[in-house]
Amino acid sequence: MLEVNKENFEVEVLSSKGLVLVDFWSPKCVPCMELIPHVEELEGKFEQVKFCKLNILENRRLAMGQKVMGLPTILVYRDGEKVVELSKDFTHEDLEAKLIEVAG
Amino acid sequence: MANSYDLIVIGAGPGGLAAGIYASRSKLNTLVIEKGVVGGQAATTEEMENYPGFYLGVTGPQLTGHMHKHAEHFGCNFLKDEVVDLDLTGYEKVVVTKNGRYTAKAVVIATGAEPRFLGVKGEKELKGKGVSYCATCDADFYEDLDVVVLGNGDAAIEEAIYLTRFAAKVTIIVIHDEGVMDATKVIQERAYKNDKIEFIWNSTLEEIKGDGIVENVAIKNIKTGKVTDLETNGVFIFVGTVPRTELIKGKVELDQRGYIPANELMETTVDGVYAVGDVRTKYLRQVVTAAADGAIAAVAAEKYMQEEENFKSEVLDKAKAIAVMFWSPFHQGSLEMVPLVEKFASRHSEKLDMVKIDTYRNQRIARRYDVKEMPSVLLFKGGEVVGRVTGDLTSEKLEKLATLA
Ligand SMILES: Cc1cc2nc3c(=O)[nH]c(=O)nc-3n(C[C@H](O)[C@H](O)[C@H](O)COP(=O)(O)OP(=O)(O)OC[C@H]3O[C@@H](n4cnc5c(N)ncnc54)[C@H](O)[C@@H]3O)c2cc1C
Repeated sequence: MLEVNKENFEVEVLSSKGLVLVDFWSPKCVPCMELIPHVEELEGKFEQVKFCKLNILENRRLAMGQKVMGLPTILVYRDGEKVVELSKDFTHEDLEAKLIEVAG
Repeated sequence: MANSYDLIVIGAGPGGLAAGIYASRSKLNTLVIEKGVVGGQAATTEEMENYPGFYLGVTGPQLTGHMHKHAEHFGCNFLKDEVVDLDLTGYEKVVVTKNGRYTAKAVVIATGAEPRFLGVKGEKELKGKGVSYCATCDADFYEDLDVVVLGNGDAAIEEAIYLTRFAAKVTIIVIHDEGVMDATKVIQERAYKNDKIEFIWNSTLEEIKGDGIVENVAIKNIKTGKVTDLETNGVFIFVGTVPRTELIKGKVELDQRGYIPANELMETTVDGVYAVGDVRTKYLRQVVTAAADGAIAAVAAEKYMQEEENFKSEVLDKAKAIAVMFWSPFHQGSLEMVPLVEKFASRHSEKLDMVKIDTYRNQRIARRYDVKEMPSVLLFKGGEVVGRVTGDLTSEKLEKLATLA
């Protein structure tokens, strides 16, 4: 997964063509840490989606700018527009279902 | 992954983990199934000050992390999956998960509790966008911002204090009169001393507002009915918990509030099914009591399996007829009749054997066969009851029973 931050978020996510997934996480968020290996697994299944992760500890303002104020949160963008938003009580199965929906 | 176990534990919070430790240490083949995070609710708090022996700042995730390793150390198996259905009716219990089907001789329900939803306007829509039920998960967002905490129990006040390490200001909304909180005194005092904490009394939340992210809340004074708006960046809700018993409804008896009543051995109304931790009807819902429940259930389950297996091999599976005498050392009459029944059994040793069950130690089998009076002798053949005598066990009564063997 590509590490995104203040420096590259615009280029890698917002101005990027196609589907981009961003996993908002923090090392203190236990459910986030549990989720990451599953997200990495999905990365192998959906080659048409660019998988990124964003550590909110260093990029708090950026996360809030994307209206993310709770963890875990996963957003999927298509051509820079949010198309999927999962927050709090979702499972990796829910995420996979959403990815199938948007990526076909 | 194997499919059949001695014991299956549903949920890996402190209750399930302690059950896993005790059961696998007694060499029971044990599987703990967890859908989310190992550690349960305890893994969602940094503030863990009251678990015996750990006073030097252990966090919830650290403590439950140790419990997890402890269970694995004794060979406990873990599975990440969600239990979606149960068949608890037979001796063999069936546990169905999203991805598999497992069987066990006994089941421990340790599904715990989850935060109660307040049910106000905006709460659902802004969850994860300023509305939170987990301070450790989300505190980092609120550095130098203002937050509101709703609730006044131990969890609410402790988490509010935790939030002051990040936030500029924490406003606690308390439904009671000024100075009255449900939290323990020491915790209250700590909150009063904290400069970053302010209180709003006699009040509750009426609405959470914001365009895609929390911007302000409407606070209602329940005495005057007056509603005031307060600008804030986050709302943390700690208004108690609800048991996770959706799955168990109709399978095990629940109380009016949805908790599972269990006896001192953590037994539920179904044989071989135990309930531990926050999910059961109890006075104090904490890590230490959940762990204690788990230990008791594992030991009780082990004994249950032994008794059931003995009964099966010594009574139910025997080709020969078996006279089972139910007696109790505390029932004088039944004690005196033991030699009488023993003599009777040796007289007919070519067609029947005798097994004694002490109902003081094992009430379950007596209950199952509807044995109410002491002493009673039930005659089993091919696993079925073919005759019974109770009360005053005269030779005539017993001889008549022998004819059925
Ligand atoms: C914010 C907060 C602070 C707290 N602070 C303290 C404290 O300082 N000291 C203290 O002693 N206690 C504290 N507590 C209370 C303590 O966390 C609980 O009493 C304890 O965690 C209960 O343990 P449990 O094993 O019964 O259930 P839980 O911890 O609730 O765990 C149950 C587990 O079961 C899993 N589960 C549920 N359904 C299924 C299913 N169908 N399939 C698979 N898995 C399932 C859940 O995912 C969960 O992990 C706090 C609680 C909270 C919320």
